[in-house]
Amino acid sequence: MYGGGNTFEGIKNDGLAQENPEKLAAFEARIARGEKIEPTDWMPQLYRKQLIRMIEQHAHSEIIGALPEGTWITRAPGFKRKMALMAKVQDEVGHAQLLYSAAETLGKSREQMIDDLITGKSKYSNIFNYPTFTWADCCFISWLVDAGAIVNQLANAKGSYGPYCRALDRICAEESFHLKYGHHCVIYLATGTAKQRAMFQEALNRWWPPLMHFFGPSDKISAHTEILMRWKVKMSSNDDIRNQFLDMYVPKIWELGFTIPDANLKKNEETGKWEYTEPDWEEFKRVINGDGPCNKERLEVRRIAEERGRWVREALKSPESAYVMPLA
Amino acid sequence: MNNEAIKELLYKMADDLLILGHRNSEWTGMGPLLEEDIAFSSMAQDKVGQSLALYQLLHQLGEQDPDTVAFTRNAGQFHNAIITELPNAEYDFSLVRHFLFDTADALRWQMLTRCAYTPLAQLAAKVRGELRYHTLHANTWIKKLGSATDESVSRLQHSLDELMPYALGLFEPSPYEADLIADGLFQGEAVLQQRWLAAIESVLAPTHLQLPDVVLIAPVVGGRQGQHSPHLQPLLDEMSEVFKIDPAAEW
Repeated sequence: MYGGGNTFEGIKNDGLAQENPEKLAAFEARIARGEKIEPTDWMPQLYRKQLIRMIEQHAHSEIIGALPEGTWITRAPGFKRKMALMAKVQDEVGHAQLLYSAAETLGKSREQMIDDLITGKSKYSNIFNYPTFTWADCCFISWLVDAGAIVNQLANAKGSYGPYCRALDRICAEESFHLKYGHHCVIYLATGTAKQRAMFQEALNRWWPPLMHFFGPSDKISAHTEILMRWKVKMSSNDDIRNQFLDMYVPKIWELGFTIPDANLKKNEETGKWEYTEPDWEEFKRVINGDGPCNKERLEVRRIAEERGRWVREALKSPESAYVMPLA
Repeated sequence: MNNEAIKELLYKMADDLLILGHRNSEWTGMGPLLEEDIAFSSMAQDKVGQSLALYQLLHQLGEQDPDTVAFTRNAGQFHNAIITELPNAEYDFSLVRHFLFDTADALRWQMLTRCAYTPLAQLAAKVRGELRYHTLHANTWIKKLGSATDESVSRLQHSLDELMPYALGLFEPSPYEADLIADGLFQGEAVLQQRWLAAIESVLAPTHLQLPDVVLIAPVVGGRQGQHSPHLQPLLDEMSEVFKIDPAAEW
C-alpha cells in the first residue's frame, strides 16, 4: 500500500514559458524514448513540483495508512495473524522511508514533508480517514485496499522519474505478499462461521464507497492532466485504473459469496468496461479537505508521535552525541 | 529430566517474550523516527516468533496448543516478569527496558545453548543470532543518547532508575532452581544476574549514565508466580479480543 489515485489540482502550464525551450524539448524527447530522469538531470520546475507532491502524498499515505491497520496488531487473532500483520504494517512504514528518500532527491527534506503533513498542507490517501471497527475492516484493507494500490503502483512504476520507479519496484514486490496475506484472511472469514462471514460483509458495505473514491475523481470531473501524462508522471487516468481494479477483483469478491453494495455494478460486455453507481464526489471532496470521520484523529496521532520523538531527533544532531560504531 | 522444571523455565521465557513483543509492537506507527518504528517492529516480530517456538516445545511436552495457551489464559496464569508488561510510556522508558531485558535475554539464550534438553539447546543456537541484533541496537542507542543532550541523558537516567527494580525481578529464582542446575538444564538465575550486571556496566561506562546501586534496590518480584501489576490483564483482554469472539473458529 498505500498510494492510491493522486489528487492533482488544475495545472497551470504558464510556468513552462520560463523554461529554456531547447532543454525542455530535449527533456520531453528523453521521456518519449522511455529514458528515466535522474536527480541531477535537468528538469522543468513544474515536473519537479508535481513529482514532489505525488511522492510525498504517497509517503504520507504509507505512514498514515499504518495507523488503521496498526491498531489491530495487538488484537490479531492467533500467532499466525499477529506475526504476519506486524510484518505487513512494518513494510508500510518501510515504504514511507523509501518514498521520503525518493522525494528528498528532488530537494525537499523529510522534516519539511512531515511538517506539511501535520499542518494539513499536504494530503494523503483519503481512504485512511475512515475507521476500522472490526478485524474484518483490517482484513478488507490488507486485501482490497492493497490490491487497489498495487494496480495503481504497477502503472506508476513505468513512469519517468528513476528514484520513484525504483522505489515502486521494491514496494510492489512486498505488496504482492500483503495481497496474499489479506486474501488469505478474507478466505478464512468467508469460509468460517456465520458471524465471521457477517463481519466481512459488513466491512465490505462500509468500505466499498471509500474504495471507489480511492482511485481518484472520475475523469469527467478531474483536473486536466495531459501534460503530466506526457511527462509520465501520471500513467493512467483514474477511471482506467478503477476499471482495471474492478476487472481483477470483483469476480474474486463474488467468488467468495459476498455482495458488493452497488446494485448497478456490472460489466458491459460490449465496451469491456464496468458500470457502477457514480461515487459521491462531494463526500470525497469534503473528506479530503479535512472533514472525514478520522482526519483529526489520524493527524493528531502523527503530531503526538512527532512531538514525543523530538528530543530523540535533537539528541542525534547534538555534537556531544559521538558516532557509535556498531560492532556488526 | 524433571519435566515440571523445564516447563516452568519454558513458560517464563515464552511469556516474557510474548508480552514484551506485544508491547514493542505498540510502537508501530508511533516511533520517534521511521527507522525506530521499523526497528521496534522487527524486534517485536522476533520476540513473538521466539515465544511461539517455546510454546511449541511446551505443546510437545503435553501442554495445550500455542494459540490456546497464549490467547486464553488470564493474568494469574502468566509467568512473565513484571518489567515486560509495563506500558510503553515514552521512548526513553521503552529503550531502557529493551536494553535491560535484551541484555539478560541474550545471555540466557547463550547459556541455554548448552542445555541438556536438546530441543531447547537447538532453539537457543538459532535464537542467539537474532538476539545479537537486539543487543547491538540497544547498546548503540544507549551509548548515543546516554551522552548526547542534557534532556536525553536525564530522561535515560530517570528511566534507568525507575526500571532497575523491575529488571532485577527478571532473575526471580524458580522453585526448581536446584533441579535445573543439577540436571544441566540451566545454570541458574544467580549466575545469569551476575553476567547481566557486568554486561550492562560495560555498556554504561562510557556514557554519562550512572548505574543504580543494585545492592540497595529491592527487586520487584512475583511475576514468575502469576502476581502481576494491574497492567497485564488489560493487555491480555486486548490481545484476545478477536480470538475470544469464537475461540473454536479459525481466523
